[in-house]
Amino acid sequence: MSESTSIQRVRPGLARQLHGPARALLALALLLAAWQAVVSLTGVPRYILPSPLAVVRALLDQRALLAHHALVTATEILGGFIGGVLLGLATALLLARFRPLRRTLLPLLLISQAIPLFALAPILMLWLGYGLWPKILMAMLIIYFPVASTGYDGLRQTPQGWLDLATTFGLSRRQTLLRVQLPAALPSLASGLRMAASAAPIGAVIGEWVGASQGLGYLMLNANARLQIDVMFAALVVLVAFALALYFGVDAAIRAAMPWHRDRLEASV
Amino acid sequence: MSPPGLDIRRASLTFGARPLFHDLAVEFDAGSWTCLLGRSGCGKSSLLRMIAGLALPDRHHIECTTSDGQPLRGRLAWMSQQDLLVPWLRVIGNVMLGTKWRGRRAGPTAPEARERALALLARVGLADKADAWPAALSGGQRQRVALARTLHEDAGVVLMDEPFSAVDAITRLELHDLASELLATRTVIMVTHDPLEALRLADRLLVLQGEPAQAVPLAAPTGQRPRALDDPQLLAHQAELVALLREPAHV
Repeated sequence: MSESTSIQRVRPGLARQLHGPARALLALALLLAAWQAVVSLTGVPRYILPSPLAVVRALLDQRALLAHHALVTATEILGGFIGGVLLGLATALLLARFRPLRRTLLPLLLISQAIPLFALAPILMLWLGYGLWPKILMAMLIIYFPVASTGYDGLRQTPQGWLDLATTFGLSRRQTLLRVQLPAALPSLASGLRMAASAAPIGAVIGEWVGASQGLGYLMLNANARLQIDVMFAALVVLVAFALALYFGVDAAIRAAMPWHRDRLEASV
Repeated sequence: MSPPGLDIRRASLTFGARPLFHDLAVEFDAGSWTCLLGRSGCGKSSLLRMIAGLALPDRHHIECTTSDGQPLRGRLAWMSQQDLLVPWLRVIGNVMLGTKWRGRRAGPTAPEARERALALLARVGLADKADAWPAALSGGQRQRVALARTLHEDAGVVLMDEPFSAVDAITRLELHDLASELLATRTVIMVTHDPLEALRLADRLLVLQGEPAQAVPLAAPTGQRPRALDDPQLLAHQAELVALLREPAHV
């Protein structure tokens, strides 16, 4: 048992004792303090940089407005995330399963990554209108590549020994892909999902900036034009909260799906 | 189920432009334990992979027939130097891995397989680890789980590629005793670098030697396996075996 204890007994420093969310909160508090200090010391007008307190006031005063737009953006982010992950995962599985597909699909995958999304957004508006769909599609496109490429890499890098076992066990190629390669790819896929979780809000907001009648991105542009900078910051705060919630939600789901993973083992002992 | 013997004919393997062996013919008797030895790079592990039907990067050919005429596919179990435990299944799941991966339709029902897995874990001395994650086991324990997984396949032919070379010397001796007892009735082909291991376990020794290599048979010590470490036969045979292994590559 000496080997297992050496894994588990990592001496925790201060940074390690704080869990992910706690660390993020600490960093946030430091940022807010610095922000308030800048505003107090320089006396910068509130239509240039509102104080954190003014932003909190805007958050409370405009909560109905913010909630309305936040719901729209949240739908876009979640829809884009789920759609992008499913599409990326399907691509990775198809690429791993069907060799001839690689020659046609891999270049397409690279092209999808090479197109600047800002350039694509107006076209999507033109085709799909001002509603939810172009934003969901933007979010999907922005996360499709990281999910597909990390998923495919993970599926391709299954240790030969496990494939040998699968062969001597008499597994079909489909069984090998779904029961051996897919779980073996989870750690690699997990890093793609984390990337996707932090990128999905960007896609949705870009979509809203290019053309929308609701959503937090729309609200920010609108408030900016009317010099309601406190409302703009309030919308930004909500957006950051969404991004963090999605990231940590995905992180928690990944940990739950991989109970054997080392950091989880440490935590449970 | 009585284990089949194997008849290997016309086995050829080319590494780049160099033929490692050509037209090799070897027979493995039903229910016997054969140890395959040779210098590094002589192709003995590749020969084992060829018998198992596993992927090889080099050009190869083999004709393999069984003594009972039935196909070998589905009747062999594979064990390698790495334990190959999958980290996403608990120990019990790893022991019944073949059943799990093939799915229920293809074999015995899950409760039956589970019961057998638990019994095997008890025999390798890890009954209390059934619900542990592989990451919590030591190297020796992991290799014992791998042995239990190999036995769970209940295959007549067991192919082992240096199965005990990654564990410490004492654990290795314990694993010899265990494997020897649990695989007593199977046709075993084991690749090993360790002359002592071969002399303790084998009914028959084969040394792959020469370029292209031939399978040179060598008399194994007599008596019950696993032979005791202080068996005087072992020392005598060891000297002979090491001398043969040290011979220059050409025959």
